[in-house]
Amino acid sequence: MTAAAGKPDLSKGPQGFTSPKTPKAPREARIGPTPRFAGGVPIDLILEPLLVVVGVVGYLIWHATQDFSETEAVQLQWSKLGESVGEHIQLTVVSAVLVVLIAIPLGILVTRKRFARVGPIIVGLANIGQAAPVLGMVVLFAMWFGTGFRTAVAALVVYAVLPILQNTVTGLRQVDDRVIEAARGQGFSAFQTLLRVELPLSVPVILHGVRTALVILVGTATLGTFIGAGGLGVLITTGVTLYLPPLLFSGALLVALLALAIDWLARLAEYLLAPRGLRGVTA
Amino acid sequence: MSQTTGVSIELEKVIKRYRGQEKPAVKELSIAIEAGETVAIVGPSGCGKTTTLKMINRLIEPSSGRVLIGGTDVTKADADDLRQGIGYVVQAGGLFPHWTVEKNIGAVPGLLGWDKARTRARVTELLDLVGLDPEVFRGRFPKEMSGGQQQRVGVARALAADPPVLLMDEPFGAVDPITRVRLQDQLLAIQEELHKTIVIVTHDVDEAIKLGDRVLILSEGGQIEQFGTPEEILTAPANAFVEEFVGAGATLKHLSLSSVGEIPSAPVVIARPGDPSEEVAARAKEAKLSWVVVVDEEDRPRAWPSVSEVLSKPVVSTYVDQRLPVAERTATLADALDVMLAASQGGVLVTQRGKVIGALTIEQVAQRIRERQALANPEQAADTYRAAPS
Repeated sequence: MTAAAGKPDLSKGPQGFTSPKTPKAPREARIGPTPRFAGGVPIDLILEPLLVVVGVVGYLIWHATQDFSETEAVQLQWSKLGESVGEHIQLTVVSAVLVVLIAIPLGILVTRKRFARVGPIIVGLANIGQAAPVLGMVVLFAMWFGTGFRTAVAALVVYAVLPILQNTVTGLRQVDDRVIEAARGQGFSAFQTLLRVELPLSVPVILHGVRTALVILVGTATLGTFIGAGGLGVLITTGVTLYLPPLLFSGALLVALLALAIDWLARLAEYLLAPRGLRGVTA
Repeated sequence: MSQTTGVSIELEKVIKRYRGQEKPAVKELSIAIEAGETVAIVGPSGCGKTTTLKMINRLIEPSSGRVLIGGTDVTKADADDLRQGIGYVVQAGGLFPHWTVEKNIGAVPGLLGWDKARTRARVTELLDLVGLDPEVFRGRFPKEMSGGQQQRVGVARALAADPPVLLMDEPFGAVDPITRVRLQDQLLAIQEELHKTIVIVTHDVDEAIKLGDRVLILSEGGQIEQFGTPEEILTAPANAFVEEFVGAGATLKHLSLSSVGEIPSAPVVIARPGDPSEEVAARAKEAKLSWVVVVDEEDRPRAWPSVSEVLSKPVVSTYVDQRLPVAERTATLADALDVMLAASQGGVLVTQRGKVIGALTIEQVAQRIRERQALANPEQAADTYRAAPS
């Protein structure tokens, strides 16, 4: 072959250059999966239910071996206990559902640009709700709306709105603006972006708020007894006023076990509902 | 692969004013972008380049003026429908972290109501196009990929519904320099195949010159300083602003615009290992050259000895020079110069698909630079696109 000079080749454009030594693009580094805990599940998901089981078994043994006075025996018979626990769960769950239904939409509203001005007002009100002493609120509500289950629920709702509202706002605000812009740029409507991108990406943070609210509610629901809404608080107040330590102990322990159990269920939900692509980042 | 050609984009007296700000972000900008053209918008921060880009797909609504895509005024159209028909790439890909690569790329097809089989086939096609193995990457989540890979998926996602227009907002700003060059080269290759209309915003003049068929240089308030081919920008900067913005290295930047093949390569004398030295030396003398190139059976260069070195042995040696300066004829002059410097040689061997076709000396490159400087005279500057007087 002779050294014939090539004609100028412009067909490739000024940058059509590939180095002869590297004909293929080198492989880019692969990033492995995120490390998981015992068996791929966070450790507290396993420890917490164990603690609950130990507590329940311990209480059963104590209940079976203890000599109760007549009043105590009446109050601590299983049907009566079951009723109290049932009432307590009802108070907690009904309030929690209402709080979720109120706080999450409020949180969404607050983070929309259009409502940017009312945001601080709503968050401020929720703050007052939580700052006010619950006992006072329960009694105050009873004076307005009368005693009973509904009034207790109303007071509990006001008290527990803040954590979920706050976490909804935080959750939505932490979504990367570029991701939202990319969604809008692809042609997602504002509503589609909220539903498919913003909310799924906020799920871990929002659920964390729900868990906090649930735990607060289980504890606070004991105050329902003061306005005749029942629940495990009855055992505690009766135990205190009549000086019956077994009642006091039963009430307190069962509330604690219930709180732990509900906390665990909420944790489980957080773990299972977190989007797969995010797991290991927030969970 | 589809052969869709892009459509034209026109901005007519587009203004963007923000409430409470005295100066408009963009004051009366008018540009026409041809179908199938790549336009790079570049300028210092605050020049309104991103605002200008986002007014095309109305992520930012123009305060006044018209935007025409394919001749149709889109300022009145439904913004979501409009954006579904325009590819959009943001920095670092902007992928949805909770979705797999497949679902990310299938986002717009999903909005358009494609069936699963069609979307899946399209995802495969696009991953191939951007150089990612579909079977490996289809099911990955963004956080399981490197920045460069995420950026590729971002480009694939933007191309999913085969839009005629692709808007890119500093797409390669968040990756390392080596990956960036690779992504740029790939974008050029994709564009050669697809002929979309691409508008790309960058703060990097070199990137703009490399990627743009034309480069739009803006200064504060979306003021057009120059709108012309990279050649025009480099050889005939319209004003002091452009000159300063493009930088003092403009003459050298020019070397990135010309390929080795544009300069007629100097002839070389070819020899093969085992050829009688006397015969090779005679041929070199006849061609008035003091060097010969030793090649293998496929004409690939092995060594570049002087005639006296050849004559030191009875036949041409089988020695292979590992540091031989070689450049493909598609390489840029800047690349060729790099090779010369790295090998401490005054020239490179020019190859075409690995086969030696000639040589390029540093004198030829210097000559080229002098020619370019001679070309850069005021009459040339008048040819470049200038802002309409406002």
